[in-house]
Amino acid sequence: MIKVVDLYKSFGALEVLKGISNEIHKGEVVCVIGPSGSGKSTFLRCLNLLEQPTSGDVYVDDVSLTQLGKDINKLRQKVGMVFQQFNLFPHMTVMENITLAPIKLKGMSVEQAREKAVILLRKVGLPDKDNEYPNKLSGGQKQRVAIARALAMDPEIMLFDEPTSALDPEMVGEVLSVMKQLVVEGMTMVVVTHEMGFAREVGDRILFMDEGLIAEENTPAELFGNPKNERTQSFLSKVL
Amino acid sequence: MTVIMKIITTLSDEIFFNLIREERYLYFVKGLGISVQLTLYAAFIGGAIGLMVALARLTNNKVLNYLAGKYVDIIRGTPVVVQLLIIYFAVFASTGLHRVTVASIAFGINSGAYVAELIRAGIQAVDKGQLEAARSLGLSYPQSMYYIIIPQAIKNILPGMGNEVISLWKETAIAGFIGLEDLMRGAEIVRGRTFSNYTPYLVIAFIYLYITVLMTMTLGKLERRLRKSD
Ligand SMILES: Nc1ncnc2c1ncn2[C@@H]1O[C@H](COP(=O)(O)OP(=O)(O)O)[C@@H](O)[C@H]1O
Ligand SMILES: [Mg+2]
Repeated sequence: MIKVVDLYKSFGALEVLKGISNEIHKGEVVCVIGPSGSGKSTFLRCLNLLEQPTSGDVYVDDVSLTQLGKDINKLRQKVGMVFQQFNLFPHMTVMENITLAPIKLKGMSVEQAREKAVILLRKVGLPDKDNEYPNKLSGGQKQRVAIARALAMDPEIMLFDEPTSALDPEMVGEVLSVMKQLVVEGMTMVVVTHEMGFAREVGDRILFMDEGLIAEENTPAELFGNPKNERTQSFLSKVL
Repeated sequence: MTVIMKIITTLSDEIFFNLIREERYLYFVKGLGISVQLTLYAAFIGGAIGLMVALARLTNNKVLNYLAGKYVDIIRGTPVVVQLLIIYFAVFASTGLHRVTVASIAFGINSGAYVAELIRAGIQAVDKGQLEAARSLGLSYPQSMYYIIIPQAIKNILPGMGNEVISLWKETAIAGFIGLEDLMRGAEIVRGRTFSNYTPYLVIAFIYLYITVLMTMTLGKLERRLRKSD
C-alpha cells in the first residue's frame, strides 16, 4: 500500500533521513520507535508529502508522490494524519472540525457529513461534545476528536505522530484504546510512539530508527525480546 | 472680571469670524466630507492591496516574493507626501481622474504596504500545525488559507488594522498638496480670510481628535467582542 524507496531528506546541511526503504502492506500496523531526533517524524511526514523528499520516492497505491504535483491533495484524502499537538481548528466547533473536509472535498451534504460525524464521535467516546470548541476539551478528548476528524475522510491508512506524547498520563489510555479499536477494524496504520507496551501489543512490525536510518526492523516479539542491533539494545534498555 | 469678559469676547469674536461669518463653517463641513471619503476609500484600497501583497510574500514564487518585498520597502522608505505628489503628477496627471480618486489610490498604495506587513505577521503568527492539519486532510493551499488560517489570523490582525485606519485618517491632512479641499485645507482657506492666528487649526484639531477617539472606542469594542469568542 505504501512503498518507500531509498528516501533521503535534508534540511539545509542537516541530513535527517539517509536512505530509507520499506513497504507497508494493507491492514498492517507498523510502529516506529527510536530516540528523539532520529528522524521518525520526518519519515512519517514524507509519507503524505508534508515534507518533500530530497531524493528517493514514496508510492501510495503505486502512485509516486513526488510526481503528483497538484493531485497530492486528492491523494492526501486517502492518508489520515494525527499529530502530537492535535492541531484541531480552534475557531471551529468539534462538529465543524470533523465535517469541514468531507463537505468541501468529498461533496457531502452538510446533513450527510453531520450524520457521519455523530457516528465517529460515538466511536471515539465523545457523543455529546459536538458543539464544544476545542479549548473546552481535555488533551485526551482533543486527540480523540483529531482522530475522528481524520477518519471522516475514510482514509485507507492512518499516520500517527506520537499521538499520546503531549498528554497527561491519565489520558493516554483513552487515546490508545481508540487506536486499538482501529487496529481491530483492520485499519492500516503507521504509529510513531514512545508507548512500548502499545507497540508490542498491537504492532505487526516494529521499525527502530536511529540517525536517519531504520537500524532494525522485526516483529514485536523479536525486536523487544531479542534485539540484534547494539543501538536497539541500548535504546530499549533506557525506555523499558 | 474684566479679564474674563475680555477672553469671552475674544473667543466669541473668533468663533464668529472663523465659523459663522460668510458661512465659513461650510469649509470645515466640506473638508470633513473629503477627509472621511479619502480615509474610507484608501482603507479599502489599502486592505485589498495589503492582502494581495501579503499573500504574494508568503508564497514560494520567487518573483512575486521579490516584487512584494520591494513594494513594501519602497513605500515604507519614502514620505507619503512625496508618494502622493509622484502619483498625482507623474502617473495620473494626464488621465483626468478626479482628485479624490487619485488621492485615495495614493493613500491606498501607501497604506497597502503597512497592511501587508500586518497581515503577513498575523498569518505567520498562526501555529504552523494548523496549515499542516488542513493540508493533511486534503485541503488545497488556498482552501486552507481561506477556511483555516485567515479566520484565525484576523484576530491577530484586527487591532493593527484599526490603528492603520486611524493613522490614515490623520495622514489625509496632506491632501491639500494636490489641491483637494480637505479639513486641513479648509482650515487654511478660512485662516486666509480671517487672519486668525490659530483658531481654524484648533477647530480642525478638535475634529481630528474627536473622530480618532470615536474610532479608538469602536475598535476597543470590536476587540473585546473577538476576545469573548475565544
Ligand atoms: N523543518 C525542519 N527544519 C530544520 N530541521 C528540522 C525540521 N524538521 C526536523 N528537523 C530536524 O531533523 C531532525 C529529525 O527530526 P524529527 O524527524 O522530528 O525527529 P524525531 O521525530 O525522531 O524526534 C532533528 O534534528 C530536527 O531538529
Ligand atoms: Mg517527532
